[in-house]
Amino acid sequence: MALEATDITFGYPGARPLFEGVALSVAAGERVALSAPSGFGKTTLCRILSGYIEPQTGSVFVDGRPLPRRGARPVQLLWQHPEQAFDPRLRMARSLAEAGEVGGERCRALRERFGVREAWLSRLPHELSGGELMRCCMVRALMVGPRYLVADEATAMLDAITQAELWRALLEDVDREDMGLVMVSHSPSLVEHVATRTVCLDARS
Amino acid sequence: MKQDGIAGARQPAVGALAAVPGSVGRGAGEGAAAPGASGPAAPAPAPSAHGDGEFHHHHTHAADTRHPGRHHLLTVQNLTVAFDMYDADAPFFRALRRRQEVVRDLTVSVHTGEILAVVGASGAGKTVLADCIMGRFASNEEVSGEIWFDGELMDASGLERLRGRGISLVPQSVTHLDPLMRVGAQVRGAARGETRSARAADARRRAERQRALFADYGLAPEVADLYPHQLSGGMARRILLMCALMDEPRLLLADEPTPGLDLDLAVRALGDLRRFADTGGGVLLITHDIELALRVADRVAIVRAGTVVEETARESFEDPSLLRDPYTRALWHAMPKHGFQVGAPTGDGDRPACGPQGAGEDAAGANR
Repeated sequence: MALEATDITFGYPGARPLFEGVALSVAAGERVALSAPSGFGKTTLCRILSGYIEPQTGSVFVDGRPLPRRGARPVQLLWQHPEQAFDPRLRMARSLAEAGEVGGERCRALRERFGVREAWLSRLPHELSGGELMRCCMVRALMVGPRYLVADEATAMLDAITQAELWRALLEDVDREDMGLVMVSHSPSLVEHVATRTVCLDARS
Repeated sequence: MKQDGIAGARQPAVGALAAVPGSVGRGAGEGAAAPGASGPAAPAPAPSAHGDGEFHHHHTHAADTRHPGRHHLLTVQNLTVAFDMYDADAPFFRALRRRQEVVRDLTVSVHTGEILAVVGASGAGKTVLADCIMGRFASNEEVSGEIWFDGELMDASGLERLRGRGISLVPQSVTHLDPLMRVGAQVRGAARGETRSARAADARRRAERQRALFADYGLAPEVADLYPHQLSGGMARRILLMCALMDEPRLLLADEPTPGLDLDLAVRALGDLRRFADTGGGVLLITHDIELALRVADRVAIVRAGTVVEETARESFEDPSLLRDPYTRALWHAMPKHGFQVGAPTGDGDRPACGPQGAGEDAAGANR
């Protein structure tokens, strides 16, 4: 039971590969922080792990199976820019409906825990603040019932109190559902507090 | 020295505006009155020793606050900003106009040689404060209070004149660079002058200053010929800083200079600000990231719902008992290294208790 990436190589067109032969394994219930020099491509790696980008070589397996190409993804990504995570033309309820029934019990419980108000559901993304959007992102990611979460600087744009509130709620879910967590953060104290293991990725691996 | 001074307390009367040390010989209050300002300023007495009184000049400091410089570079006093706007929650075509206060009675000061961090949640009014200092006002904005720069009381046009010449902004993101222009030319900026020869002389001066800045901040001269997309994140950030430093400002206004940077780049970017402050400049660092702010700032002003709830020395954050305001203490406890405790007064930056709706940057942004 693990999220496994083997021999991942990726480079953007016209540039040399960002990294070559990266291997990573995150067991269920484990919280792993990725640490790498700046410009390594941590964000790219996070996107590969959650299936947004296909690696040029290597593959990502979730509990022994390759990442599914359709349907709800077992690896959900929370990334730094919640304002770019929603379709700007869809009201929040429509965006959340991509992940499940908005009126359902699961969604209601998650909304309550993450403080997503009823009134926000009828708003467009630009009518909500960064903190409000991140709450919605977390609810949407957890509604799917993922096995693994990838948090790429998820709370970097938030103040300390909102950050603490959201991480507390998130870790509660992660622990209860025995999810695996991959995180990237610039804050050593956040990493120390959240992660159980740190993986150091060297340049070009 | 009073030990239980209230950092947030302010001298109420505008007429009590007394000495700004920098105003010696310059005549405090010579500038036209700032919006809402009234009453002539008294002539300035000799500068008094700083740091040994909780209350000095026309603003207060926490009892434990020290600042290395004596000279007040920037003083924002009792700043209140409100927007005249439509009720966002009312149905279309039936919305009534109302006055939305986003900054309320805010007082901060920056001295030479120091970094003051203004820390608050998004929506607390930090960006509105920055806009006011840069003299950028919206047409539906109602401003009262005073802004003093280098001993002179400023009005809107005075602040506009200072923009880029005395006060420079270091913007938040590298997207502020022109993607189609070589970075050297961006740092040099446009040459100014009445005549052709004056402009040519200014262009030479700018080219020289650009080369000096590049050498100063450790960038190779060839970097000047690159385009922004060819730079690494750290280099691009230095270019932004150099653009701000080109015209030798006395005060830098850094609005969220670190998000998106990993730790070593963020620390380096803040180190560059520290260097500027150490050479006698003043820095107003606006951020939501208290951990990073505490790495470089001399003093920290915590802003909540449009006003400064506590202004204190960086050292006070080593022990929560030194923090007076419940919100500041909540912030301290919420920091990851102090255990993520979410206390009673939630700093819900999303809907700060500012005005009936809570507005801050959201409301301001909606009006521009």
